[in-house]
Amino acid sequence: MVVQTPNGFNLDDTGQRIVVDPVTRIEGHMRCEVNVDDYGFIRNAVSTGTMWRGLEVILKGRDPRDAWAFTERICGVCTGTHALTSVRAVEDALGIEIPDNANSIRNIMQLNLQIHDHVVHFYHLHALDWVNPVNALRADPKATSELQQAVSPSHPMSSPGYFRDVQNRLKQFVESGQLGLFKNGYWDNPAYKLPPEADLMATTHYLEALDLQKEIVKVHTIFGGKNPHPNWLVGGVPCPINVHSTGAVGAINMERLNMVSSIIDKCIEFNKNVYLPDVIAIGGFYKNWLYGGGLSSQACLAYGDIPEDPNDFSPEQLHLPRGAIINGDLSTVHDVDVRDPEQIQEFVDHSWYEYGEPGKGLHPWDGVTEAKFELGPNLKGTRTNIKQIDEGAKYSWIKAPRWRGHAMEVGPLARYIVGYAKGHEDITEQVTGLLRTMDLPTEALFSTLGRTAARALESEYCGRLQKYFFDKLVTNIKNGDESTANVAKWDPSTWPKEAKGVGMTEAPRGALGHWVKVKDGRIENYQCVVPTTWNGSPRDSQGNIGAFEASLMNTKMERPEEPVEILRTLHSFDPCLACSTHVMSPDGDELTTVKVR
Amino acid sequence: MADIETFYDVMRSQGITRRSFMKYCALTASALGLGPAFVPKIANAMETKPRTPVIWVHGLECTCCSESFIRSAHPLAKDVVLSMISLDYDDTLMAAAGHAAEAAMMDTIEKYKGNYILAVEGNPPLNEDGMFCISGGKPFVEKLKMAAKDAKAIISWGACASYGCVQAAKPNPTQATPVHKVITDKPIIKVPGCPPIAEVMTGVITYMLTFDRLPELDRQGRPAMFYGQRIHDKCYRRPHFDAGQFVEAWDDDGARKGYCLYKMGCKGPTTYNACSTVRWNEGVSFPIQSGHGCIGCSEDGFWDQGTFYDRVTDLTQFGVEKNADQIGMAAAGVVGGGVALHAAVSALKSAQSKAQTTPTPTNEEA
Repeated sequence: MVVQTPNGFNLDDTGQRIVVDPVTRIEGHMRCEVNVDDYGFIRNAVSTGTMWRGLEVILKGRDPRDAWAFTERICGVCTGTHALTSVRAVEDALGIEIPDNANSIRNIMQLNLQIHDHVVHFYHLHALDWVNPVNALRADPKATSELQQAVSPSHPMSSPGYFRDVQNRLKQFVESGQLGLFKNGYWDNPAYKLPPEADLMATTHYLEALDLQKEIVKVHTIFGGKNPHPNWLVGGVPCPINVHSTGAVGAINMERLNMVSSIIDKCIEFNKNVYLPDVIAIGGFYKNWLYGGGLSSQACLAYGDIPEDPNDFSPEQLHLPRGAIINGDLSTVHDVDVRDPEQIQEFVDHSWYEYGEPGKGLHPWDGVTEAKFELGPNLKGTRTNIKQIDEGAKYSWIKAPRWRGHAMEVGPLARYIVGYAKGHEDITEQVTGLLRTMDLPTEALFSTLGRTAARALESEYCGRLQKYFFDKLVTNIKNGDESTANVAKWDPSTWPKEAKGVGMTEAPRGALGHWVKVKDGRIENYQCVVPTTWNGSPRDSQGNIGAFEASLMNTKMERPEEPVEILRTLHSFDPCLACSTHVMSPDGDELTTVKVR
Repeated sequence: MADIETFYDVMRSQGITRRSFMKYCALTASALGLGPAFVPKIANAMETKPRTPVIWVHGLECTCCSESFIRSAHPLAKDVVLSMISLDYDDTLMAAAGHAAEAAMMDTIEKYKGNYILAVEGNPPLNEDGMFCISGGKPFVEKLKMAAKDAKAIISWGACASYGCVQAAKPNPTQATPVHKVITDKPIIKVPGCPPIAEVMTGVITYMLTFDRLPELDRQGRPAMFYGQRIHDKCYRRPHFDAGQFVEAWDDDGARKGYCLYKMGCKGPTTYNACSTVRWNEGVSFPIQSGHGCIGCSEDGFWDQGTFYDRVTDLTQFGVEKNADQIGMAAAGVVGGGVALHAAVSALKSAQSKAQTTPTPTNEEA
């Protein structure tokens, strides 16, 4: 039967049902089911978040100054971004202003995360959807060297000998018969389009990026003491600055700043010499594979991030843009107010939670959640052995957030579409430049490839911004300001009896918000609405499908039994299920439905 | 591990002839598109010692352990994965998905019965029939038990697998449960921390490969070489503690001079880990060096010990002349019974070595 969703997709669940569980190369646990018609096209898509941790329940009653550490553990991949969102929410609630240096350091750390996350995502989670490492064994190292020099003349690691060494190592690995991570890959699937030389080049960069990513994060280590999960502070940053006098070795000093500076340069170089050229080169072979646009041409949401001024989060102060696009109308970018109870609401009609009233949506400050794990009548299998999910009923641990009732896509592509629509100078220049280089029309942006390209462009832009804020930090220190924390309201006795606040960031995967209520010095309620909650959203009561589901629609599968195309498009969102599925917070309610069995 | 049978041994012991074995090698070669010239090479590799297979499963977690693992500088993560172990299943990094991924895991379990290492990141939730964490349509706890059954040893990566970590903090709504409470008949090496230090993770693996034995474990099942001392014992700011020089407020003069963070809630005095010696990310820094106190992330139940900014105990109990053990004992008495056991650890070294041959260490303290 064909059903049209309000957001414009024709769902037909009559064809062959394909189940992918676990979806791998993502953060966390996810299941995907699709129906494929006789011609191999996906005509129905169902995405299920398959884990839940209940962190906000755990946060209740705790010291709000500790919340960053708890929420940081929502995700170790986008490590730090939840912590930053959390300190912003608590500072907003308690009226704490932070010093300029703290803003610069936070921005440097957040931008550093964007770059790290994007690089690791592209090379280590996503590349194997486009790149066939087994095929790289057939490559001619000399031709690979020529390809490398053509796509990126300034990358120093491009000799035939270099590629031959990597190829030999790869050969040894494959010949051992123990294929490890490459085992059972879909290496003879015609969905892989690269010539062997491009496969060898990209596989080589898989290894280069693995070496580089451990360098990138050292910026977090310097300012936050470790990575993953650096330390943060309500009121500023924990690392003091001392560049001039006694004891400078115990703080951010010249040597530390130099190390940060050199890492920032490495990021810029890698983006310029490797990441962007790879995306353009690989994308060039997949130019005709423009599936996967989903909601991106219709409904995109960004909160914006990277404030210029430490204590002003208004849109004109943000280097990453804020705004909402709906109904495919790029000529109007709507303002987004995360405090407005009418704008952001979460629905649970198809999620394993209960509000007690069907069709009801709740703003995060008033969020109510009771876990309710129940499966629909059309389930195939049993409660603890699901063969086929029933998407007509509840089917995911992810809630369905909506902006003014619309299912939205968030993430690098959404940010870039919002920025492009707003005429954001850097973003527009990057986007038009890329489309020109690749000889593609604007519509090509709305695709899996567009999502992957936007991420690379953003990594490049973030590299420049990182340098900008480093220079700003040094200038400020030069002008005599070494302050990194405001402790005027550190003591809970200085806090109001009741307060509520909201913190926003653009996490690598998209718009992230934390809503907190503080009462008598303790957390009364804490709610996170995270990027993968938006993107991985199940259907809502109106039947609108979420961004993952929409993106899979009408994609042609070369071999329905091998989910290369499904993985490719889902991965283009960089799903983070630990983020999306922890979400719950009763507003004063106790969790009562959980039983020990 | 030396006693792993080669692929060829396994096939032969299952009654497969040499001829069939060579045929299998030829099929493998052609499946990979390698041509007949590679057949003898594949055959040779399969007849010699294989890399130790590792199955790496993920329960309720945040993936920080995997992220930390790939930060390893010595050895490099790529060298571990390409040359030291055979990472046959890891849902975060593997190419295959769905049935193909599950088949890869079953394949390794069958071929390397009793000889693969199971690495567990995260933990199983037991509430709601285990369905707070679903993998392949089933509760994760089933997958964990299945993978554990024929494992040679289990590594519990990080605070989640070792102790429960953040999702097990009160009130633990999913009943997230550490691995040793679900798997009780296998040697388990706990490598706690949120996450553990990258080089500690690869250090544990390479120790097992190099010395062909499990590392010496303390009573909690942690490798003594990395978790035998408190961060405070080896902290470079320790002289300031002994001299009574403390940070009194964030970003004060003492903070800028690198004084001791004890008064800001540093849990270094009660936390057993290698942060102050190995340090983080190739030795660049560690939390205290970067101005924030230790939050105690490698200790059992560290989320439920009050705010991270409370002092571990009264300063009066920390006489500046006292040695680390005395201070540790005093602090442990205040923080909780679980920690008190740490103080006895050094006296129990000989007993711990037995943990290498006996099954799971008892965890009465957990």
